[in-house]
Amino acid sequence: MSGFTTHWYGELAKQEQLIDALWNSLLVGLISAFCATLLGALAARALARYRFPMKRGVHGLLMTPLVMPEVIVATSLLIMFLAIGLDPSLVAVTIGHIFINIPFATAIMLSSFEQFDDSLEEAAVDLGATEWGALRRVTLPVVAPGLLSSLLVSFTVSFDEFILAFFLSGTKPTLPVYIWGQVRFPAKLPIVLALGTLLLVASFLLLIAAEYFRRRAARLTAPASGVYDD
Amino acid sequence: MTDDVLVHMAGVSKAFGSFTAVDTVELDLKAGEFFSLLGPSGCGKSTLLRMIAGFEEPTAGSISIDGKPMAGVPANMRATNMVFQSYAIFPHLNVADNVAFGLRSQKMTRAEIDTRVAEILSTVGLQELGARRANELSGGQRQRVALARALVLKPKVLLLDEPLSALDKKLREQMQIELRRLQRVVGITFLMVTHDQYEAMTISDRIGVMFDGKLAQVASPRELYQRPATRRVAEFIGGINFLPARANGAGQLEIRGFGTLPVPEGARINGGDVTLGLRPERFYLGREPAAEADISARARVEDFAFYGETIHYYLRIEGYDDTIVASVTNFQRAHHFEPGDEVFAGFRGRALVVLP
Repeated sequence: MSGFTTHWYGELAKQEQLIDALWNSLLVGLISAFCATLLGALAARALARYRFPMKRGVHGLLMTPLVMPEVIVATSLLIMFLAIGLDPSLVAVTIGHIFINIPFATAIMLSSFEQFDDSLEEAAVDLGATEWGALRRVTLPVVAPGLLSSLLVSFTVSFDEFILAFFLSGTKPTLPVYIWGQVRFPAKLPIVLALGTLLLVASFLLLIAAEYFRRRAARLTAPASGVYDD
Repeated sequence: MTDDVLVHMAGVSKAFGSFTAVDTVELDLKAGEFFSLLGPSGCGKSTLLRMIAGFEEPTAGSISIDGKPMAGVPANMRATNMVFQSYAIFPHLNVADNVAFGLRSQKMTRAEIDTRVAEILSTVGLQELGARRANELSGGQRQRVALARALVLKPKVLLLDEPLSALDKKLREQMQIELRRLQRVVGITFLMVTHDQYEAMTISDRIGVMFDGKLAQVASPRELYQRPATRRVAEFIGGINFLPARANGAGQLEIRGFGTLPVPEGARINGGDVTLGLRPERFYLGREPAAEADISARARVEDFAFYGETIHYYLRIEGYDDTIVASVTNFQRAHHFEPGDEVFAGFRGRALVVLP
């Protein structure tokens, strides 16, 4: 290899299996990000707002996927899915990714909801809105940057994830699994390197966007205080 | 101001588990008045406010607003609006959209909403700031937004939960005057919760003092100060000295350390031991007993505190374990004493308050 070329980036678009794998990854990423964010938001709201028995335990349990070795999670899920008759498939991968995304989504949404002033919702109801109206017109817009941040992070985690996908994907590979399969063939190496570069850039941009929205959420929901003088 | 009862509370109680936050409160608010609920933190005043707003249901008793019973009526269906302690300005909306929030829940045209919003913004002096976002506002401006947002719905009662506690001292005094002015302009009944006695005194037509969930006294600021119903009210509203006394049955009061004095006119004393309250500013201090005083005692100045407009002298008087406080205006040279000086402290009989 010598010299500079963008030839292999062009080659990428011609790889049909690669395009399929990319679609699989996008699908799994979007669905798992959406589900994990929904579940994480509900959990975070409960943790931030209510007091209930075993609250610390529940919080800890939600965070366990972060510290469990992925190989163990993957093996356990595979055994469990086979036991209930769910063969390795994109559905299985999606469920696995929701599981590992819940701690990220919960942590991000918790920081949104902890800074959320509960009297905002009461004010909305006091001004004549219904409970749903308050949720739609006040709560959701105020925590929207947090939701967006959670979606982006969850999507990125799922998109880059290999071990679970490798164990659970069956005949339809996600992108990382496809790449792993290609690394064995030396002729394909330049394509894989080109792809890797693109993925790195894309992940990086997504996470920067996520962090931007998370900070914006923190600024928006910060409790009112006389920061500015008259 | 008319004497129509607008909010009627009958035997209102609220218990959280075994803790009684509000204990059988009987209170009527009149249409168009500025009423304050005053008490130390945890006395149940905010809980009472939240029950009127509809955020809490009473565990006993009933609340009616404008003759309609409020049991089971949710907050969004009540003719009350609230200014929250944190102001609760919606951070994702600008000032005009914050103010329009409540109007958008009603069937109202865009033009109508715009007119009403512009009207109320100019009433509270924010006509220039409609496009500003919440995080670009000062504390005082946030408060005006919260007021405008509530007042634009023309509630029967405006509820204010410690509305000035987040502001610094100077701004707080400005906003007290502003609140009073606003209340007169709109003519709506204001019910304010506060723990600051001066705030309550300067703004309110009437004040209800609460301790431990119970209303201790409801009166005008002047009456509350001059005729407190209990020792606790007397202590909470301004400074006061307590003078133990004994009524001898022959219309004479024997006041510890001072001597005897005819029972003040109108005082209900059945005889026996009583406690008299005396405000610090009612003392006459001098090297000689003051001619205006009905009764005087020798005192030794132990210490003093200089407040600028007034000076507080802490006096030792025979028969008292604690020092007696006398406050004099910083006006006459003769009134300055040093610790250790021997003085006469006197007062008029009618300055005394008989406390149960």
